[in-house]
Amino acid sequence: MDPLSGDLAKAGDAKTPFQGTSNRTDTPGRAGSDQMKAQTTKLKASDVNFYYGKYQALHEINLDFSANKITALIGPSGCGKSTFLRSLNRLHETVRGARLEGKIVLDNEDILAMNVSSLRRRVGMVFQRPNPFPKSIFDNVAYGPMVNGFSGNHKHTAELVEQSLVRAALWEEVKDKLHQSAYGLSGGQQQRLCIARALAVNPEVLLLDEPCSALDPIGTAKIEELLFVLKDTSTIVIVTHNMQQAARVADYTGFFLMGKLVEFDDTKKMYTTPTKKETEDYITGRFG
Amino acid sequence: MNVLMFSLTGLCTLFTIGSLLFILGYLVTHGASALNWDFFSKLPVPVGEIGGGMANAIVGSAKVLVLATLIGVPIGFLGGVYLNEYAEAATAFVIRYATDLLNGVPSIVIGIVVYALVVRPMGHFSTVAGGVALGIMMIPISVRSTEEFLHAVPNSLREAAIALGASKWKTIASVVVPAAITGIVTGTMLDLARVAGETAPLLFTALGNQFWSPGWNHPSSTLPVMIFTYAVAPYDDWHRQAWAAGFVLLMFILAINITARFILSRASYAPRGMV
Repeated sequence: MDPLSGDLAKAGDAKTPFQGTSNRTDTPGRAGSDQMKAQTTKLKASDVNFYYGKYQALHEINLDFSANKITALIGPSGCGKSTFLRSLNRLHETVRGARLEGKIVLDNEDILAMNVSSLRRRVGMVFQRPNPFPKSIFDNVAYGPMVNGFSGNHKHTAELVEQSLVRAALWEEVKDKLHQSAYGLSGGQQQRLCIARALAVNPEVLLLDEPCSALDPIGTAKIEELLFVLKDTSTIVIVTHNMQQAARVADYTGFFLMGKLVEFDDTKKMYTTPTKKETEDYITGRFG
Repeated sequence: MNVLMFSLTGLCTLFTIGSLLFILGYLVTHGASALNWDFFSKLPVPVGEIGGGMANAIVGSAKVLVLATLIGVPIGFLGGVYLNEYAEAATAFVIRYATDLLNGVPSIVIGIVVYALVVRPMGHFSTVAGGVALGIMMIPISVRSTEEFLHAVPNSLREAAIALGASKWKTIASVVVPAAITGIVTGTMLDLARVAGETAPLLFTALGNQFWSPGWNHPSSTLPVMIFTYAVAPYDDWHRQAWAAGFVLLMFILAINITARFILSRASYAPRGMV
């Protein structure tokens, strides 16, 4: 049965998921693991198990993130996708009792052995609710470079800030009010500001944890357009509750259920011919 | 029954507000009439003579309070930072409890302790000793107020900074504290307002002085102690001046309180119940 005949095609989107937006000039390509092996792997998780104290939240996760592609992690609430995302930049270390076992490798470097600040500079994160600092727009974007020892003078910083805001598709809207508080922006603008802030340190990987869940459809569309452009310069991992978003945006999708990675494949292939029953059930909305 | 409780609670509220207004009113009528330029500019005159002022007490109070702030606020602020940002639950409980106990120590006891620790070794009373005593009294409130305002800063800000590669202390210094700074400053002001009126510790530390107190190592006159000294004396003129001193002290404390509350109402993050 074709899952597309169900809710997916009707879900508020005028086009079917795979027509995508006009920005998308590449095609997902041939489905299947051959195509995936031909890509470069940017980030690789092997045998990852994760514990909160005694409770095991992730079981034997093995996952490769391809460079310059968008990988979506989908699954119902509590399935471990956010936990997994946060272990990719070792943010779990701020939680007492959280323990990661297994290996995660960024370009052949073990992230657990790296200096954590340099890791976080290379693997940036955007959170579910926009969280700009109570500072000016300029200072928000300049914060990342500043704490990472950026030694440029004011002119260089200003250029970097402008560049990051342009990449985040926010420059035109804020160029005249860079020194006003970030809190004066709308929710969608604040989230793009958070993206600009993350981009200012030129991360190789960008992790997004349900970045559009607090936004209206127009804000969501703007960010999705942004991601297509950003993947040319970085690798993107996006956790989303919204299956249609994954279908619109992602090259590859991983389906998580109860702490296990049930299926991982090219998005189009997974949505049209999922190999596991649980995947099919989730995608067709039998549970969620 | 409802009517009874309503009347009872309403009456008590009226009594509370009424007491404040009564004290204010009394001080204004008795004290304001005794205020003149002499009060602020002249030294006390010998017993029995009329006139003179409390210039040295005002300056002495100012010096003691400045020193108290320099001692109490940094210790309290850094203690509050440790308490909220670094301490684990068990350690935090102990620190908070100890701080609350210190806050509960009677001010006169702090006075005699500082007498033993500072005045005796120095060999004389001094402004320094007064500053130390009031500084110790400022610490607990500073710790708790810093902790509360830091706690009110949402964790999402800390996460954002950490995710950008900032270390923990850098996050605290460049994001968390600036977000809480309005609250911390006003907390300090309220702390100052509280110790400004403390008399007992000063009796054993700064003692008093009929003349100007040069530097920091000499006994000094302070407003609260002058009120005490003048009020229990048998001279009418001294009583009049004591009222004036009480009025000035109260106005100072009220001004700080009102300013602090006003600033606080515009703070980004405040604990619930503060504004």
